[in-house]
Amino acid sequence: MKEIDNKNTDLKVEDFSKDSDRLLELTNDDLMPLPEPLDDKAKSEPPWKPLSDSAKEKYESDLDNTLLLNIPKPKSKEEEKKYIKQFLQGLEKLFTKENNWVFLQPFKLTMEHCTKCHTCSEACHIFQASGRAELYRPTYRTEILRRIYFKYLKPGGRFFGRWQHGDIDLNWKTVARLAELSYRCNLCRRCAQACPIGCDNGLVAREIRKLFSQELGWATKELHEKGSMQQLRVGSSTGMNPEVVKDNMDFIDEDASDITGMDIKTPWDVQGADILLIHNAGEILSWPENPAAFAVILQAAGISWTLSSEALGYDSVNYGLFYDDAMLAKVVIKHALAAKKLGVKKIVFGECGHAHKALTIIADRILTGDLNIPRESSMPLLRDIVMSGKLKLDPSRNDFPVTLHDPCNMVRMMGIVEPQREVLRKIAPRFREMTPHGVNNYCCGGGSGFAIHSGHNFVDWRMKVSGRMKMKQILEAFKGEDSSSETYKYICAPCSNCKGQFRDILEYYGLTENNGIHYGGLVELIVNAMTDVKPGFIRAWEQ
Amino acid sequence: MIEPLHVLTLSCIVIFITAVLVRFIRTARMPVHLRWEIYPVAHDKGFEHGGSYMENQDWRNRPQEHSQLNKLKEFLTEFLFLKALFHHNRKLWWSSFPFHFGLYIIAAFAGLLVITALSSVFNVKHGGVFLSYLVQFTGIAGAILCLFGSAGLFFRRLFDKGLKKYSPISAYFNLLLFVGISVLMLTVGFSSSGFGPMSAYIVSFLTWSAHPEMPGPSKALLILSLLVLAYIPLTHMSHFFMKWFTWDKIRWDDEPNLPGSKLEKRIQAALAYPVSWSAPHIKGDGKKSWVDVATEEIEK
Repeated sequence: MKEIDNKNTDLKVEDFSKDSDRLLELTNDDLMPLPEPLDDKAKSEPPWKPLSDSAKEKYESDLDNTLLLNIPKPKSKEEEKKYIKQFLQGLEKLFTKENNWVFLQPFKLTMEHCTKCHTCSEACHIFQASGRAELYRPTYRTEILRRIYFKYLKPGGRFFGRWQHGDIDLNWKTVARLAELSYRCNLCRRCAQACPIGCDNGLVAREIRKLFSQELGWATKELHEKGSMQQLRVGSSTGMNPEVVKDNMDFIDEDASDITGMDIKTPWDVQGADILLIHNAGEILSWPENPAAFAVILQAAGISWTLSSEALGYDSVNYGLFYDDAMLAKVVIKHALAAKKLGVKKIVFGECGHAHKALTIIADRILTGDLNIPRESSMPLLRDIVMSGKLKLDPSRNDFPVTLHDPCNMVRMMGIVEPQREVLRKIAPRFREMTPHGVNNYCCGGGSGFAIHSGHNFVDWRMKVSGRMKMKQILEAFKGEDSSSETYKYICAPCSNCKGQFRDILEYYGLTENNGIHYGGLVELIVNAMTDVKPGFIRAWEQ
Repeated sequence: MIEPLHVLTLSCIVIFITAVLVRFIRTARMPVHLRWEIYPVAHDKGFEHGGSYMENQDWRNRPQEHSQLNKLKEFLTEFLFLKALFHHNRKLWWSSFPFHFGLYIIAAFAGLLVITALSSVFNVKHGGVFLSYLVQFTGIAGAILCLFGSAGLFFRRLFDKGLKKYSPISAYFNLLLFVGISVLMLTVGFSSSGFGPMSAYIVSFLTWSAHPEMPGPSKALLILSLLVLAYIPLTHMSHFFMKWFTWDKIRWDDEPNLPGSKLEKRIQAALAYPVSWSAPHIKGDGKKSWVDVATEEIEK
């Protein structure tokens, strides 16, 4: 085994195929510094939990500190060869229109036109937060795939590929590490936004995940088995079937009625309603105040709306977006069928960024004919309700520091930037922006489904690395405020996945308990300001 | 008698045009892709803050205003001044901008040389002196910028640890080609005969007649420039025109799929493609279409 001198900075692309130990071992000292109160790493930074010996023995784990994909170690050289062959077959399919019409053009252009200028690296929160670890440079994984493509798939590649693009060996290490490395990117596409050529390393990370999922059947258990497959079998990735979800919503209606003093009744399966509202079903289990607040607002504003009790019709989750086109399309179609069955005028998505993107933008070129039902974000609807004067609002009820997180899928990738800000400017007198914000925002760190992954020691990586830049932004947004828990501070995050990340990271660093930083959605703030509602809506649910 | 230099000139021009066309047409004929835009989208009028038409309810029923002028402005700013690099990677911009801008001026210089030659062929008497000054100025200015930029990029790739690891031999080779062209251009430009012999050569090429003897540096410049011209579209340097796809056809492509539209028909055609992905949840046999895969019930 040949070791690399300084794993963090001296790692070369060719090292990826070497029979070495882990390519990267981050320590707390390597990490980007954070502002107060997390500025003293010795006190505020929890130690890294090591991977267990049994995990190391069972799975391929020589990429970095953590493990997500759980690839079992092959039992023989023959098995390794089989996987290498399958990988190459999958790679070839990525370049055919039949198997990859969905992304052939952007993918091929990225593979063939990158100038390796590293502009993307400056934009990547994971690369920056890790202390510029070479392994996490956005071009690193793309470069590996590019070299394989030019060397092993292009005619004459073994002769010209090295000269033109650099060398790489394709072996079992390369395949296993590349699969795992595709899950060290949040797919936030901030790198693509910065690229002068228009190349997209975020797309490449997704295409690698897709290759492994669609050809070898390798994906994380959380996304595939417990996510997409469970959703298609039962009706929701949470495991709730239609009966359970209706029961849960009945409880939420009861609690909402108690807390608000209004008689809240969520409508189900209303034929011909104007709006079919689809929540991320995770809200119903983890943040019931969110669907409750939607019900309060829509009922008070006199909107014609309904939820669907059709399987999948009540859960907007679509994890296929992060790893697999087939799963993505299957779920998209089920959502459209639920709306068609009810004959609604349009589908509106609750506060879930990836569902917004999956069903509005991505599904736009999957759904045709009578399945092409109008699909919209809830942000403009909420803005129009708030601005219409239908709700009586008292902004002084939200007289605490509020900052807004921009979910990448909703903002950078859909251009829904202003409606939520218009609402906040109206109802939250102490609203302040993060820097940067809007389409230039940073990912929460839980993007591309990471927020639902906590296996082995992945939480450490998600908190310390992928969530670090957002944590910095949040602390800077509240700078100058009393940092004790006496002053209530609110991160408005209109996205389930982002809220999952905030829940975990605030707890990890003790920022709610010690510093009074809380999080929640936009609708909760709106209801909190409604004068027809008993005061203290947000606090009541927190208790 | 056929002049070998004429044959080389013609061949390189043909290779350049053919390679550009082949790349362009192949890419343009690729199937429709899923929407993958990144905001701000330059042509969305009224949404300069990075927003989109989806910021409105019932956007399908609202007229959408597109500004081709905004798009052109954004594209030209990017193309001419490398705006993205300026904002996101200033260190590299200081070398990359003069390199690219120098190349644009050199392209203008080449165009002016052809105009000078055409004036001579058609015996146009006016503006000759002005044109020769312009040729001299663009030649020298373009070469200085290109030399400064290409040498700067070369040394950056050589000494910047991050860039070096990702720079194959071809990256240095390509930059040295431009260093070579720039040095030759300056040698020719500051020589006593200046760019005159090159103009005379173009006249001979346009009239397919014997060309006068050229000084060594002019001949070397001509040959090297022609070879580079033919070489560029065969490499990743074709990004100078392929960028139109990555920006306009991907990053700014927010065209909605409206019922009954041409786009819808293209999508339906793509959905009928056969699938051969092998994973157990797809089991593509090369006969099943994407519609089959998407509508197939999973095993419960």
